Amino acid sequence: MRRREFLTVPAAALGGTLLYTLAREPIRLQAQEGNVNIPLRFFSAAEARLIAAACARIFPTDDKGPGANEAGVVIYIDRQLAGPYGRDKYRYTKGPFVESAPEHGYQAKETPREIYRAGLATLAGFADLTPEAQDDKLRSIERTTFFQMLRGHTIEGMFCDPMHGGNAGLIGWQLIGFPGPRMSYRAEIDQYHGMPFRPKPVSLQQVVGHPVHGWEEEKDA
Amino acid sequence: MKKLKPVNVAIVGGGWTGLSMAREITGRTSLSVVVLERGAPRKSSDYAEGMDELDYAVRLRMMQNIAEETITHRHSMRDPAVPVRQYGSFLPGAGVGGAGEHWNGISFRFLETQFVLASHLKEKFGAAHLPDNIAVQDWGVTYDDLEPHYWRAEQMIGVSGKAGNLRGEKVAGGNVFEGPRRNEYPLPPLKTTWPGLQFKAAAEKLGYHPFPYPAATASEAYRNPDGIARAGCFYCGYCERFGCMVGAKAQPTNTLMPVLAKRKSFALRTGCWVRRVVHKNGRATGVEYVDANGQEVFQPADTVVLATFTLNNVKLLALSKIGAAYDPVTGKGTLGRNLTHQVAGSAARLFFDAPLNAFMGTGALGMMISDFDGDHAFNGPDGPVRGGNIGLTSAGSRPIATFDAYPAGAVKANWGSAWKAAALEWRDRIATIGFTGEHLAYRQNFMDLDPRYTDKMGDPLLRFTLDWTEHEYRQRAYAAEVQTKIAQAMGVKYEAARPSRAKYNVIVYQSTHIQGGAIMGTSPETSVVNTNLQHWDVPNLLVIGASAYPQNASGNPTLTALALTYRAADAFIAAHAKGAAGGAAI
Repeated sequence: MRRREFLTVPAAALGGTLLYTLAREPIRLQAQEGNVNIPLRFFSAAEARLIAAACARIFPTDDKGPGANEAGVVIYIDRQLAGPYGRDKYRYTKGPFVESAPEHGYQAKETPREIYRAGLATLAGFADLTPEAQDDKLRSIERTTFFQMLRGHTIEGMFCDPMHGGNAGLIGWQLIGFPGPRMSYRAEIDQYHGMPFRPKPVSLQQVVGHPVHGWEEEKDA
Repeated sequence: MKKLKPVNVAIVGGGWTGLSMAREITGRTSLSVVVLERGAPRKSSDYAEGMDELDYAVRLRMMQNIAEETITHRHSMRDPAVPVRQYGSFLPGAGVGGAGEHWNGISFRFLETQFVLASHLKEKFGAAHLPDNIAVQDWGVTYDDLEPHYWRAEQMIGVSGKAGNLRGEKVAGGNVFEGPRRNEYPLPPLKTTWPGLQFKAAAEKLGYHPFPYPAATASEAYRNPDGIARAGCFYCGYCERFGCMVGAKAQPTNTLMPVLAKRKSFALRTGCWVRRVVHKNGRATGVEYVDANGQEVFQPADTVVLATFTLNNVKLLALSKIGAAYDPVTGKGTLGRNLTHQVAGSAARLFFDAPLNAFMGTGALGMMISDFDGDHAFNGPDGPVRGGNIGLTSAGSRPIATFDAYPAGAVKANWGSAWKAAALEWRDRIATIGFTGEHLAYRQNFMDLDPRYTDKMGDPLLRFTLDWTEHEYRQRAYAAEVQTKIAQAMGVKYEAARPSRAKYNVIVYQSTHIQGGAIMGTSPETSVVNTNLQHWDVPNLLVIGASAYPQNASGNPTLTALALTYRAADAFIAAHAKGAAGGAAI
């Protein structure tokens, strides 16, 4: 059995409440203090730091608002890779594996877990580079399956329901004004023409009133 | 192999068509019916917990697990076929209700000309002016034959819409190009969104005839003829790829199962993977399947009904060695011929100055025009011979799928600060005008069994040989001009639709409308089933659903599949009443 590894981050780095100044500059309010230890399921702590650093360049924290770090994108990716998706339980994986036309999509044998392991090897030392050098490095791998997967997973981790480990504190949904899985807009659907309608985001758990587990938690999914 | 007690009717597949057939037979005869569904049971109460974009819309939790079974694809007979390893240009459903649970609910009737397409096109354009290798056929039934069955289906699922042709009288605000209806829709149309209103105004300004999408989503509380009550739509935006958590969208589990569950002559078995239709001397004797525990089972039956998705209907016939496989070189054989998908166009994109609140919506909500559907707009030799529908939908936008959108060329890289800024700037301000066109059947597009790849049971996968032709490129080019014209008339910033000449792509989703392979007709030389959907060689075997369509119509296929099922059920039940049940030719 693998040694338990943790991602240790300041609690204040995750989630929070997003407010905007009159000049539309985002401010993230976060009352939490101290560190949180998040148990890792697939990555080692060192690997998680590399992935987090890469995700933070894909979806940076900047003057437009929070990014992959505040949303906990790396936690999302770690759980996906540890679960059935990471082991390709939802992909046809019988051989023979042959290269084919681009219209046939990804045809190779490697699972998402294997793609990440190989990708991580190309990111050695990445976390210690300057942001400019990090961007140069990512540009050099932009066309790889690994990078394209990482980019897709970063968007997923920003905007998934928080039960999957990303979008911590609904920070991603706050950033884009997505209200979450609300039950009804019957009164609003034909109103607000040309005007923003931005109810406060709610998670699926808040909507249904009890914890809901993602597919990745199912052992034999 | 375990042998079970015989039943009168064994139905393979627990979706719209299989459960509708079960409803008709158990309601009107004393025959015992068992439905074999390979997925899991479902109930409407599952669906509130399913309002999760990642698991359902991205990881496709309601679909058949592609790890267990897929298809292979090649563009032509010269190419090697490879498996579709991940979804996908279409998304077959699994579980009770099938794709009828996670559909959008768009519920068209097909045009009158569709049912007589081969004769109609020959007469209008002349055989010499039709696309090369065209293989379209007449259905053997007409729109008028189906009209009463359409009406039954529309009442059962509670379609919201606006009639455009009531008994021959054109009605403004509805689809004036549709065939005559005897009745107005059971429910008024759904509400209209802000972009929908703008599309409507622009289309009217151009002299077109916009109308609301017909929707199997109740616009207000509805009680169908079976007494099944459904709530009006909440516009939550979780429809396509999701089950409806309030039951406003008609789904087999909220429309048919409540009726069937009370009937003693009905049984539903889930987790049953049917592998063969067993037959002897031109008679089906039952089906073989592997149950949820891995046990091999033989279910004897007087009549077998294949009611699975198009792919599996064709695959089961091929695996069971029923009918002669189609050979595109000689044109002989019928099983697998006339494979069609649907022609999705490139979108014209609209960029608004203000937010759209596009997270509000419902699957079949939108405004559209049928001015270029069918061939009423086409006469010349250089354009397409058939067109399609153009529309703007407000189906509910979810953040993972829609975040990454901005005007073409706005940023260089699709990651980093500049990309994030562009995506945030345009977030919730983009809508599209789309095109769904009729896909003609061609001699070279067909299905057969793959010689190399197998499913989880070790049976060969179904193989698609399918590519677009010049005609589809013409349809897209024509539609793009109209789409762009409407975008322009809407008075917002827009990007013109860029008609694609790309080859068939198995990865990019377009629609789950796959037709053909076991097509209906009036001759065993050119069809697999007769107009009552009985197999020509095995008359106590019915093959129902869109596998029977000789070609794709532009409109979504479910309503017609239901209408044909009613018609087939009537014929079966009438024959049973005459003592011919269990399979003498009707």
